[in-house]
Amino acid sequence: MSSPTTVDIAPTMRSKEERRLPWYHLVVTGLAGLLVAIALLAIFDALSIPGAILLGFVFHLLFGYTYSRIREGRRWAMERLMTLVVIGAFAIAMFPLLSLLWEVVGRGLVRVVAAAPTPFAFWTTDMSGIIGGADAGGVVHATIGTLLITLWASIISIPIGLFTAIFLVEYADVGWRKVLGKGVTFLVDVMTGIPSIVAGLFGLALFIAFMPDQSVRMGIMGAVALSLLMIPTVVRSSEEMLRLVPMDLREAAYALGVPKWLTIVKVVLRTAIAGLTTGVTLAIARVIGETAPLLLTVGMVTSVNWNMFDGRMSTLPTFINQQYRAGSANCMSDTVTNPINQEVYACSISTNIDRAWAAAFTLIVIVMVLNIVARMVSHYFSPKLSR
Amino acid sequence: MSTTDVMPETPETPPPSMSSSRRRVGDAVFSYLSIGSGLLIFVTLALVAIFLTTESLPAVRESREFIGESSAFSLLETTLPLIFGTVLAAAIALGIAIPVSIGIALFISHYAPRRMASGLGYMIDLLAAVPSVVYGLWGGIWLVPKLEPLYIFLNSTLGTWPSWPGFVPLVGGQPVVALFAGDPTAPMRNLASAAIVLAVMVLPIITAVAREVFLQTPRLQEEAALALGATRWETIRTVVLPFGKSGVVAASMLGLGRALGETMAVLMILAPGATFSFHILEVGMHQSIAANIASKQAEASGTEMSLLIFTGLVLFVLTFIINALARWIVARSGVKS
Repeated sequence: MSSPTTVDIAPTMRSKEERRLPWYHLVVTGLAGLLVAIALLAIFDALSIPGAILLGFVFHLLFGYTYSRIREGRRWAMERLMTLVVIGAFAIAMFPLLSLLWEVVGRGLVRVVAAAPTPFAFWTTDMSGIIGGADAGGVVHATIGTLLITLWASIISIPIGLFTAIFLVEYADVGWRKVLGKGVTFLVDVMTGIPSIVAGLFGLALFIAFMPDQSVRMGIMGAVALSLLMIPTVVRSSEEMLRLVPMDLREAAYALGVPKWLTIVKVVLRTAIAGLTTGVTLAIARVIGETAPLLLTVGMVTSVNWNMFDGRMSTLPTFINQQYRAGSANCMSDTVTNPINQEVYACSISTNIDRAWAAAFTLIVIVMVLNIVARMVSHYFSPKLSR
Repeated sequence: MSTTDVMPETPETPPPSMSSSRRRVGDAVFSYLSIGSGLLIFVTLALVAIFLTTESLPAVRESREFIGESSAFSLLETTLPLIFGTVLAAAIALGIAIPVSIGIALFISHYAPRRMASGLGYMIDLLAAVPSVVYGLWGGIWLVPKLEPLYIFLNSTLGTWPSWPGFVPLVGGQPVVALFAGDPTAPMRNLASAAIVLAVMVLPIITAVAREVFLQTPRLQEEAALALGATRWETIRTVVLPFGKSGVVAASMLGLGRALGETMAVLMILAPGATFSFHILEVGMHQSIAANIASKQAEASGTEMSLLIFTGLVLFVLTFIINALARWIVARSGVKS
């Protein structure tokens, strides 16, 4: 705890000119700042709404401070300035979030709803037979791939993570187990910091070391790579939740002669189940959007592959990346014909980018649903004793 | 005595016939499973270290540094520019993210109305929930064109200031550390754009920890400052910030670890290059380790793949050191995050 250093405030506190002005003086300086910014931008021929708001805010800081300095004194001027700066920082952080969601919904949802040939075909078709700038195709194969790989990553990570958390909370109390517990806590911290691309490299190196074919890529490799990222998250959140269970409950169970493992299953886990579910759901939401490990381990296909142990798989994140890299398509005429099955599609220059946005929208919807489910579980099912 | 009689909330569980030896079997199985899982964490990390090391050995063995032939590829010459790019991007990202995060954390903990605070915190958490590939898409398509006027403005005003920052020696008529110098050309797929998107991605991490630390400021000290007549800002400057200093440092280190290892934002925005240039507005000058692995892994095999894995190992060690340092600071300051 640092010692209070507030003493130096006292001498400068009282000043005859010091008084607080009502809040609407801020509106006046704000409008002045905005007007000056618009005028300046108009002179330099660079007028734009974000530019005006940004520059206007900077001028507002300047004008507000100067005005307040003259009318209210140095200390209140500083107070006003810092209040504005802090609110500005929050606004700056909100800007990318809102702009990103706006773009994803605006461009992605439109593509999903208006997908050719029928609305929502984007969610029911795959990419097989789609060539060039064909304005068709969908993500059903990538969605299934994402869900399968995440499911397998969860199947690997949740038991390991949960049992590790149980070990840390219930068993690592004395002797060598305490030492082991300290080591495990440290290593979980290390694992939390593993860059996702390194997890991908591990998944790749692990499998190609034992495979004759160096170019082998399959779903399970991605699941292993993802579980490396998921285990520490599960351990962390579960450990926190298990520690919240009051010692009294355990002691009551022991006093009644309940074996330790039954106490854990029936008392500890049951009490913490809401928190555990929330933590696990958030962990799933975190890895479901991981791209880099999957880029290295699962490859890319155009149709649905249900087999985790054979053949490449598409996932939503890698699909977004691939479509984004493909960039603008070439359109010689209004239509494009698949030379193999003679299917005719409308041609669109922006089709790849549109598909990337639509897939991003799909991915964000999945992530947000998981996040909302997690919040609702923790909100409605938490036992009353944990608060 | 059977547990059935005394545990009303679990009446169906242990049948009365269950003997004490069966109970001990259950206990043994459970403790083995738990301890086994703990050991598995050891084994997994050992495997990561072993596989990355053994798989990167071929590259080391064939490198110029090892066999001493000038015709072989140089390990240092390929790795050092990547490390430079990674660190520079992360440093700029943190330079943007740290002040903004402190502002947000202060806003949520001390300025926003109490009832709104948790909702606003959730908004910041949403930033962390957005997948990195979506950030890359947004940055690459939407943000990069929007940043062009800003870059041209910075380049024309600050970039041509020849001796900035004064004491830095000139190399070939160009200041070495003049960040905004050089010749930016559209599309602005430069390090600055990548760093801005990285900054957005590390914001929620730093904010979350900083917010917790600021909220743990002793209430009495804050009230004492206010009672002495301090304004809200003076309270923050004299009480909250000194108390939260080490927490903010640790939070920044965690953010640094994330920024160093982030792949997609850099991969999807940056046009790669391999120089030691500080000109962050110039296109095609930098590349990060993670993005380099992601972009080259599809065609790589044999020694090339081994070289990529070697750079991955370097990244792993780098982030490990940073994170360990951050945890150490957190542990020392006694702040719960």
